[in-house]
Amino acid sequence: MGTVEIRPAPHIRGERTVEKIMLNVVYALLPICLFYVFQYGISALASITVVTGTCLLTERWFVKTGTQSGNLADFSATITGLLLALTLPPGFPLWMGAVAGFVAIALGKGLFGGLGFNVFNPALVGRAFVQAAFPTSIATYTPSFLSGRFFEFIPSSLAWPLMTPASAALWLKEKQIDALAGATPLAKWKFDGVLAEAGDLLTSLAGHMAVGPSPLLILACGAYLAFRRYLDWRIPTAILGGAGVVAWLLFAFNPAYYPNPFFMLFSGGLILGAVFMATDMATSPVTPRGMWLYGGLIGLLTVVIRYYSGLPEGVMYAILIGNAATPLIERITQPAPFGKGVLGRAKKGASYPLHPGYISREEAGAVTPKKRILKNKPKPDERKTPHH
Amino acid sequence: MTPSTTAKWDEFMEGIWKQNPIFVMVLGMCPALAVTVSAVNAISMGIATTFVLTCSCLLVSLMRKMVPKEVRIATYIVIIATFVTAVDYFIQAISLALYDALGAFIQLIVVNCIILGRAEAHASRNPPLVAVSNALGMGAGFTIGLFALGSVREILGNGTLFGFSLFGEHFQPWVIMVLPPGGFFVLGAWLLLFAWFERRKQAIKEAGQHA
Repeated sequence: MGTVEIRPAPHIRGERTVEKIMLNVVYALLPICLFYVFQYGISALASITVVTGTCLLTERWFVKTGTQSGNLADFSATITGLLLALTLPPGFPLWMGAVAGFVAIALGKGLFGGLGFNVFNPALVGRAFVQAAFPTSIATYTPSFLSGRFFEFIPSSLAWPLMTPASAALWLKEKQIDALAGATPLAKWKFDGVLAEAGDLLTSLAGHMAVGPSPLLILACGAYLAFRRYLDWRIPTAILGGAGVVAWLLFAFNPAYYPNPFFMLFSGGLILGAVFMATDMATSPVTPRGMWLYGGLIGLLTVVIRYYSGLPEGVMYAILIGNAATPLIERITQPAPFGKGVLGRAKKGASYPLHPGYISREEAGAVTPKKRILKNKPKPDERKTPHH
Repeated sequence: MTPSTTAKWDEFMEGIWKQNPIFVMVLGMCPALAVTVSAVNAISMGIATTFVLTCSCLLVSLMRKMVPKEVRIATYIVIIATFVTAVDYFIQAISLALYDALGAFIQLIVVNCIILGRAEAHASRNPPLVAVSNALGMGAGFTIGLFALGSVREILGNGTLFGFSLFGEHFQPWVIMVLPPGGFFVLGAWLLLFAWFERRKQAIKEAGQHA
């Protein structure tokens, strides 16, 4: 008979480890990356390689020098790199991509303490930094499905480090392509009032559009993850529902001015952000009601930023604000503990859920001091009162 | 060096390294973040602050036995404000461009907590020469700190240092570096570097003790 080990809960452990979850997210991202390479060719491939490579190198450096949680083999930096590359324009200069990858891991994750301690989604931190640093390059898109895309780089990709990239508009002009085709559907709607077909947006297969990977494919990959419970279906549903309802209300209010809700849902990075970025486990709420609130907030903010700000796209800032609000959302959506809150009575007293990185004191090697009984315990009336 | 010169030298070095106003005490952040978009601005701001700091510390130190305790802060502020006004007019006289670039931050030297802090914590308790060497050290440390911020921000944000182009005309400026967030990022990076040095020194020291 084996020895009986006395230890606190949990006694039954699941099969899910961080590595397994992350690896599955990488599997789900691979088809999307392949489609992206199919759309934009060798430039997209180089962008994905450089950005992910920088993320991994930075992660390695932080894990080696700092007292970080996580390690290189848990694939979290790979996910950050792949997602970051997917949010950047395909012809984004590679050196800027490297800057974005470094900032994403260093500022977004490493400085907070590594895996699970980050407040904001690392990929979006990297993107927000380069958006502020290089506003022209990050708004320069090129059309997908150009001929010769597998053999010829988009010239702006190959800019020397620290140097201005070559103009993509000139390159398109040489190729006899309408420069307007290089704008994203959201930018075209915002600045030129041209509305893309929702069907074209859904498959991303129509040529000469500057769009990301197909929303249908992203949804399918997300469905795989949700089905295997590697992401919570509530968050993407709440984001898309929130954005859809707000966009539909505005559309119903004034169809001439506001675009239809399908255009809002399938253009830009909303689907990618909702499925893969907002669902980052470290930066989204753990309470079910909190997830709905968090998703709704992101959806609402996305539409508000797209309609009423100078920027054509608002998913990134919406998710970052949602990340920042996560601790508050968790606080106000605490579930009532079992046995409390009957008949709608006060729901106070719920304990804060344990952090995933929590290690019990005993596991950390701490020894609980034994209670000692004082032999000569002073009686209260004999105690000297201190003079003030 | 005589013992008293060494002591004054120590007072001077205090502000440059051990108690650097920017990297160790993290004081005077308002000008440190606001005007360090270029190396020239940073150094001018540092020199202006050093002048005000040294002169006010000298005067405070000379008057330290005359000023009643109850009104000392008001006295210090009046002294500091006098020198700030002088610096304000002086900069306006020599370079209007610099005056415009520094803007309200010249007048705001009066509320720079390094100056009041030095006057209260050091100059009011020490003889004039010691107070002046400490103030000069603090001012130099502040200038070095501002230059460290300003040079990085100018190099990345503009591709230049002191107005000289470093990378040629095709340099891609990092717009964020001349915006307010850039100041925070660069300051954070410098603080990180200094904290890392400090920790390394500590680790080496401890290893030496164990051996």
